Amino acid sequence: MTHQNRRQFLASAAGLTIAVALPMKGRAQSGAANAFAADGSGSFAPNAFIRVAADDTVTVMIKHIEIGQGAYTGLATLVAEDLDADWAQMRAEAAPLDNEKYKNLFFGLQGTGGSTGLANSYTQMRKAGAAARAMLVQAAAAEWGVDASEITVTKGVITHGDKTSTFGPMAAKAAEMTPPEDPPLKPASEFVYIGTDLPRLDSPSKSNGSAMFTMDIDIDGMETVVVAHPPMLGGTVASYDDTDAVAVPGVTAVRQIPQGVAVYATSTAAAIKGRSMLSVEWDTSAAETRSSAQMMDDFAAMVGSDTAKTAESAGDVATALENAAQTVEMEFRFPYLAHAPLEPLDAVVEVKDGSATAWGGWQFPGFDNQSVAGALGMDPANVAMVTMLAGGSFGRRAQPSAHIGAEIGAIAAAAGRDGAWKLVWTREDDLHGGYYRPMTVHHLRGGLDADGNITAWHNTVVNQSIMAGTPMEAMMQDGLDPTSYEGATKMPYDLTDMQVDWIRAESPVSVLWWRSVGHTHTAYATEVFLDHLLELGGKDPVQGRLDLLRPDMTRDRVVLERVAEMAGWDGQKVKNGKGYGVALHESFSTYTAQIVEVEDKDGFPKVTNVWCAVDCGVAVTPNVIRAQIEGGIGFGLSSILHDELSLAEGGMVEQSNFDTYRVLRINEMPNVMVDIIASEVDPTGVGEPGTPPIGPALANAWRALKGENVTTLPFSKSVGA
Amino acid sequence: MMKTLTRLGLIAALAWAAPVSAETVNGLRTVDEFADIADESERSVALFNELMVVIEHPRCLNCHPVGDVPLQGDDMQPHQPPVVRGVGGMGAPGMRCSTCHGAENVTYTSGDGSIPGHVPWHLAPIEMGWVGKSATEICEQIKDPARNGNLDLAGLHEHNAEDGLVGWGWEPGVGREPAPGTQAIFGDLTQAWIDTGAVCPAT
Amino acid sequence: MTTFTVNGEERTVDVPGDTPLLWVLRDELKLTGTKFGCGVAQCGACTVMLDGTTRRSCVTPVSTLEGANITTIEGLDTPEAEAVQAAWAKLDVPQCGWCQSGQVVSASALLYEIPNPTDEDIDNAMAGNICRCATYVRIRQGIKDAAKALET
Repeated sequence: MTHQNRRQFLASAAGLTIAVALPMKGRAQSGAANAFAADGSGSFAPNAFIRVAADDTVTVMIKHIEIGQGAYTGLATLVAEDLDADWAQMRAEAAPLDNEKYKNLFFGLQGTGGSTGLANSYTQMRKAGAAARAMLVQAAAAEWGVDASEITVTKGVITHGDKTSTFGPMAAKAAEMTPPEDPPLKPASEFVYIGTDLPRLDSPSKSNGSAMFTMDIDIDGMETVVVAHPPMLGGTVASYDDTDAVAVPGVTAVRQIPQGVAVYATSTAAAIKGRSMLSVEWDTSAAETRSSAQMMDDFAAMVGSDTAKTAESAGDVATALENAAQTVEMEFRFPYLAHAPLEPLDAVVEVKDGSATAWGGWQFPGFDNQSVAGALGMDPANVAMVTMLAGGSFGRRAQPSAHIGAEIGAIAAAAGRDGAWKLVWTREDDLHGGYYRPMTVHHLRGGLDADGNITAWHNTVVNQSIMAGTPMEAMMQDGLDPTSYEGATKMPYDLTDMQVDWIRAESPVSVLWWRSVGHTHTAYATEVFLDHLLELGGKDPVQGRLDLLRPDMTRDRVVLERVAEMAGWDGQKVKNGKGYGVALHESFSTYTAQIVEVEDKDGFPKVTNVWCAVDCGVAVTPNVIRAQIEGGIGFGLSSILHDELSLAEGGMVEQSNFDTYRVLRINEMPNVMVDIIASEVDPTGVGEPGTPPIGPALANAWRALKGENVTTLPFSKSVGA
Repeated sequence: MMKTLTRLGLIAALAWAAPVSAETVNGLRTVDEFADIADESERSVALFNELMVVIEHPRCLNCHPVGDVPLQGDDMQPHQPPVVRGVGGMGAPGMRCSTCHGAENVTYTSGDGSIPGHVPWHLAPIEMGWVGKSATEICEQIKDPARNGNLDLAGLHEHNAEDGLVGWGWEPGVGREPAPGTQAIFGDLTQAWIDTGAVCPAT
Repeated sequence: MTTFTVNGEERTVDVPGDTPLLWVLRDELKLTGTKFGCGVAQCGACTVMLDGTTRRSCVTPVSTLEGANITTIEGLDTPEAEAVQAAWAKLDVPQCGWCQSGQVVSASALLYEIPNPTDEDIDNAMAGNICRCATYVRIRQGIKDAAKALET
């Protein structure tokens, strides 16, 4: 099937192709002219953003992986807007690996993450569309012998007087035209698509089973491989006995690879069954063997240690605390969390005549290219990367370690021949496989004056570093990893005497960004503690925050006021037996405020309604934005209520599947009302910012209802039976 | 002596150790072991208390909830995924018991655990709910045709001794502790209890 | 050898009897619309119709399927399924999409039995289908919209 797709790709690659590469900081200028360099063949270069085919379809090469966040639809919307295409003719396709042409303009290399996909592409894709439009217009002008300035384009139709053409017939001629130096963009007042609800490009194929994901790839002669990974993080293979495994019908080989013991089979079922028949002795000498409960105690005991690094400070917090009329301390404990994307991790590689193709949910395809090639001993240039639709990520597929690339590469290398292999992680592999949201302790101390005003704020964060030990370490300054405490710093409130310290903990347990990264815990700790202080000071949660916001925090103020309006906030935190709580948190330059309504159902919270106001700049695809906020809230609520990845004494992970790693189901999903603030500011991301506020808003509502602060997550560990 | 043990302690002790009595099978005493109780009513009560060893085992109790949600596992947690009783205890439209539970236990491909199966697979009717009830209450309940599926005592014996779904409790699949004893012993104990007057324990 | 009907077509497969239907569909019959998410009947991504009711294919050994009638997402063409798929596209229910085959099968089965489901009916039918993107708000609305469309 993939071979066929590749052939179709090549066969349909006729027509106009446009590549646009904007310089890193060139969001306001155009590098379009540079990018239209013809390849001399009269067709197009393969590193294009737009392909106009003779059949009138406009295919946008999407430089970001589609993991559900709507990258295909969002980037195609931008192109369609300034191309004046008809939405029905728009298509999207994953771009190949090219760290230059397809780089994330915020990262400097190709990659998806940090809710940057649409934001970094906003001007770039519009310019690409505008350039294509200009060239189609020039082609029509030449074809019809008329002045280009008299030609109009509307919804995919080029018109001059009584002459009309769709894009297809003009594509070949357009390819011969000189790309415009700096094609003008439409003013916002002329937007046709931006800000409207367009149907997602991928909804039909994802509703009828035809959408192709990595696990769906089939290649003649391909073997499926599952790997026995160490059951405790940081363990390695000491020895193994595969006698029973190789006897399983369908199992073709068992080979040791750096990641564990790989079982090769003619079917997935045989591979999984074969693995169950392996016996492996594990070397735990470098493994984490503490229980996570012990680790949490160890982390908490590090508070006050002289290894603390100050991430942010203002004024003199020590003196302010001394002078406070009242001081309050709270310790928050956040467990490891698994991302658990519903499509478990997987990859496919085909090796042929010294080169290879690797299919996967590549979120940083350049990293995985290096790791696949490294394992195979090939020049990375000889390893083609095909980015597939991925069944969720939430950060899990954005691996600086590129460990899935390394694993599929090692599988092929160990086989030592040409062929094709598919690596499948089971859910058990996924939950046992590390790369968790860092387990974290927040220790907060606050001071209030006699009037109940907050006069001191000291937050100490203890957790492992995500970036240390990865290619991202270069971004750490003064030994500080901002992903460990982002959101605890740069708060919007006027706290004159404040300090945020970070203490780096260490463990063989690997950690990774998990939807909203540091904000997953910092929003909870800061907004719950703040709410608690406001209550002690006799302040209203909404007005108290508004009064505390620095004057220049306009966007925070607007979303908070809007959400209060949406929820009909009247200062009553308990009404008709329901609790109401507020949280405000900016992440990834998107501003989000939420109000939660919660009931006590048999001693456990049942969230009934969530109101959310969001300011993400220009709302390019409002329907996708609402969907991301709804989903972000559900994803966050899942972790707050139920999720915990724990290690037993000895280091074995205690959860193996969704029966014990409980994720949110439909019966627990609240109604979600989303309002998007109108804005003309350049757009910012929405994949993550919906997640951070739900936890603290719920905790504040629950405290209103029950009088208890929930400081150890998940709720299921602290609340109820 | 064994009566001084808690019921759970008894099960735990016997699941892993050799039977305390030569005739005790997998934690369930056999009818003969009650022969030395001279008083028939007392013997009947003792026999019923022995039936309770089975009745209160998670294999049996989990599908005899007093509400609409079955329990699951040896630690008797609410069933995951969430399911409801539905019509006839067969689950809800779109999510019947048979959506997951087939004709037989199925060991997961990973080899680590299994999903139970039997035809039919369903919850006991709510009037037969046992969770949280005392031996006395359960005893009265299972003798009451209005609350036992309109069975007389002979029918009750047949149910305990022969019913396939009851019998599943002793063949529960990989990763699940079987009910104590065997279904045959459970049937014999039921018959002996009936023969001694089917006396219920006092409150 | 086991012979059964898949999407109206008789198929015979020669695999070990304990092979789950999920992997027979995906690996042998190349019907990859049915997805693997957990392998233990917890997530519902592998849901198919088996002899008229929903069934988790990951815990259905092929040995139990002689003569069975199976419909996968690829062959689901009932009025309910068409209404559900239309509602899904209209509302843009899917995000990543991995769970949605299972969601559509379950939702269609629910509507076949209960043409106008309440929120509780929807919870009861759909709680076995995990969506990690938490598209639940739209799944709920999609089922209601499909129900409305089927009325007319």
